[in-house]
Amino acid sequence: MLDFFVKYPRLSRLVDLALPLLATLAALGVGAIMLQLLGANPVDAYGALLNGAFGSQNALADTIVRATPLLLVALGICIAFRGGVINIGGEGQLVAGAILGTLVGLTFPEAPGYIVIPVALVAGFIGGAIWGGIPGVLKAYYNVNEILSTIMLNIIAVQGMNYLLRQPMIDPAQAQLASRIPQTARLVQAFDLPRLVPTRLHLGALIAVILAFVVYIYLWRTTSGYRIRAVGLNPDASSYAGINVKRNIVLALLLSGAFAGLAGAIQVYGVHHRMFTDGSLAGFTGSAGFNGIVVALFGKLNPLGAIPASFIFGALIVGANSLQRAMQVPAALITALNGLVVVFVVASDYFSRRLARSRQIGVEANVEPSPPASMPPALSVEGDMSSD
Amino acid sequence: MTTELLPSGTRRIDRMDMCGITKRFPGVLANNQVDFDVLSGEVHALLGENGAGKSTLMKILYGLYQPDEGEIRLNGEKVAIHSPADAIRLGIGMIHQHFMLVPTLTVTENVALGLKSSRGMRTDLDRVEARIEELAALYGLKVDPDALVWQLSVGQQQRVEILKALYRGAALLILDEPTAVLTPQEVDEFFVTLEQMKKDGHALIFISHKLHEVIQLCNRVTVLRDGHVIGTQTTAGVTRHQLAEMMVGRPIAAQPQRATVDLGEVRLKLRDVEALSDREHPALRGVSFDLRGGEIVGLAGVSGNGQRELAEVIAGLRPTTGGEITLGDRSTTGQGPRTIMDLGLSYIPEERMRDGMIKDFTVSENIILREFDKPPYSRAGFLNRGEIRLNSTTLVKEFNVKTPTLETPVKNLSGGNIQKIVLARELSREPRVIVAAQPTRGLDIGATEYVHSRLLEQRELGTATLLISEDLDEILALSDRILVIFHGRIMGDVPRAEATAEKLGLMMTGEEQVV
Repeated sequence: MLDFFVKYPRLSRLVDLALPLLATLAALGVGAIMLQLLGANPVDAYGALLNGAFGSQNALADTIVRATPLLLVALGICIAFRGGVINIGGEGQLVAGAILGTLVGLTFPEAPGYIVIPVALVAGFIGGAIWGGIPGVLKAYYNVNEILSTIMLNIIAVQGMNYLLRQPMIDPAQAQLASRIPQTARLVQAFDLPRLVPTRLHLGALIAVILAFVVYIYLWRTTSGYRIRAVGLNPDASSYAGINVKRNIVLALLLSGAFAGLAGAIQVYGVHHRMFTDGSLAGFTGSAGFNGIVVALFGKLNPLGAIPASFIFGALIVGANSLQRAMQVPAALITALNGLVVVFVVASDYFSRRLARSRQIGVEANVEPSPPASMPPALSVEGDMSSD
Repeated sequence: MTTELLPSGTRRIDRMDMCGITKRFPGVLANNQVDFDVLSGEVHALLGENGAGKSTLMKILYGLYQPDEGEIRLNGEKVAIHSPADAIRLGIGMIHQHFMLVPTLTVTENVALGLKSSRGMRTDLDRVEARIEELAALYGLKVDPDALVWQLSVGQQQRVEILKALYRGAALLILDEPTAVLTPQEVDEFFVTLEQMKKDGHALIFISHKLHEVIQLCNRVTVLRDGHVIGTQTTAGVTRHQLAEMMVGRPIAAQPQRATVDLGEVRLKLRDVEALSDREHPALRGVSFDLRGGEIVGLAGVSGNGQRELAEVIAGLRPTTGGEITLGDRSTTGQGPRTIMDLGLSYIPEERMRDGMIKDFTVSENIILREFDKPPYSRAGFLNRGEIRLNSTTLVKEFNVKTPTLETPVKNLSGGNIQKIVLARELSREPRVIVAAQPTRGLDIGATEYVHSRLLEQRELGTATLLISEDLDEILALSDRILVIFHGRIMGDVPRAEATAEKLGLMMTGEEQVV
């Protein structure tokens, strides 16, 4: 296989791009066997999945709404991973952003929407930045492993959220009731993110796609993005180049958290219009903070690649739910299907590296060694020596 | 097979032939119909540039690769070597360039490592030790069997490697660049051992870039280029120049041309500089010297005597623990790399792939590595892509970098081309001072020649250059003055005219300079 791709480097690149998709199909293939064993017809089941994800304008809108927080989190993950740090704290950062964003709307219910919405989104960005910046500082200046600290901060975030929503931020109406459902009051309707078409699709999706281009330009066209990528690939050479490595580690994690935080604020203003908790993180986030990591990897850590990747993942989540409803298979199967996709996508990276190697061999073979131009033209000595 | 035994008790290999060896890798023909042989009692040198196919050929002989075509014969009989274990069983040993020793074990333990004990479950280290002493006496390989390997000098570690191979019954030894890490004195001792082994009937294959060693030690030499055998001949009467031209396949200049240059003002001044190594041991113990415009000062020394720390201290990448560094008329003690760089220091780091390059970055991204956030490369926080492409194109052309495109990741380029990118970046900054650490290590003759000519060109432009190298030939060819470093101290300052390999070699082992 390798030999074949050495000859066709273009094809190899194409296959490389399609790999995540092929991996998804392979995962669904394994899923088909599981469906069959459960007594469901896989063709019908996947038909229900496709129908649920793309079958109607509403289905498509739901898919995009699901994809939006995934894309935003994935953008942050792209920045973190490119900067050589691993951010597992998307969940906590998302919640931190949502809380700060919600506070803005609850505090100024009288202010006009065109002021509150942008301020609230910026607040969400800042909330996530703080929650991401903390592990950044710990990593850069105190050498604390960021994987551990971001996971720990997820746990702190969920408990903080539970406390805030049960006590200071609780809906005053709920506070009067015995049930005391832990949620805030509904934000005033003037603060709802504008709907794009008469569906649940809101402005947040457009913001996320625009930001994907912004992050792409940031990483590959600005000096600050250059610094982050340089530090991520080679800290030694970066300090040789005069780059402050510690500062850029903090920046990468901070920005990474900020995008998750923005996702949180957009969920509040675009979808739920309030904060609520069922006691766990996933209750509010829908695990977007974790799934965003998979989306980012799916998109090859390229912000533009994350756009289709998040769409596919959104479709999978929405479609799988309707598959479960239509086929009456256990809900655990849906979790298993998602898990299969993750495993296959991550494993496909092995083939990706093989393909990269085949391209490299092709390049080496194509660079012919020839004498530098500054050297005098070859004299006849060469023939005498080599005929020996 | 013959039953004749070597003095070590090992069965002799009268002749080894590799016939018509061809080895293909995807897209590359590494060996093409290569014939190579070695006889008992001779040293046969294998010469060639990087990528010529030497190591592929030797890996085939040692069982690490399988040839696509061709066969290997020992004493005329065809043999199959599927693994290094097969090779060892047949009496073939290999001394790798990078030693395969466990530093925390003793010499004896290292020799016994991986072998079955003659006492079953119990160790037989006493027997191993006795045998080591026997072999050591036979070939003058002085080494204490109870010493821990990390305590040994590089030269002694190499002896352990040879003992290991002999212990395993090697009658044919492959020596992969064995002298690269040795001082001139250690090389002399090493050659005495090899001469003895040769006389006793061992067959030796010697891989080296150092042509004078090839001529001095070897009986025959085979030159490989682009996977082909260019020729095999006896070393009698052949000159270094002829061998070099066979290797590169074109005429080359005999010696770099040095113009007379007037010395300028002092550009870099070190006074009693002290610094710690990574393991926080004192690495520099009071280093003082001046560097003037228009001179190349060579810093000779055996690896690990403070050279790396010295370069990093000057570049601001390692803090000093004492002393004063002055660049031009400004003190740079305690300054960061950015400030020092902006004062006109260019630094060609020893580990170019680790410190000097981001291997996943493209050629142009690496060219701007030191200046990416300064005009013209940056404008209002954005990278100025037009200007970057323009300058990269010019520099790639000017420095003869061979790359398919400017967007190719540098990890896909050869070592020589990567070093040219480092040179292009560092020299195009119009430096006042250059610190060049091992600038030609691992480069082939053509690229080495090129780097030398560029450094000499800078000298003529009045730049002050500190050339740190473990290659004495390089130091002697380029330097106006030579400093010798030993255990973090400068042992002497020798003018070019008075410098000889012998004199420097003594100072490199810690002998004080006798003025």
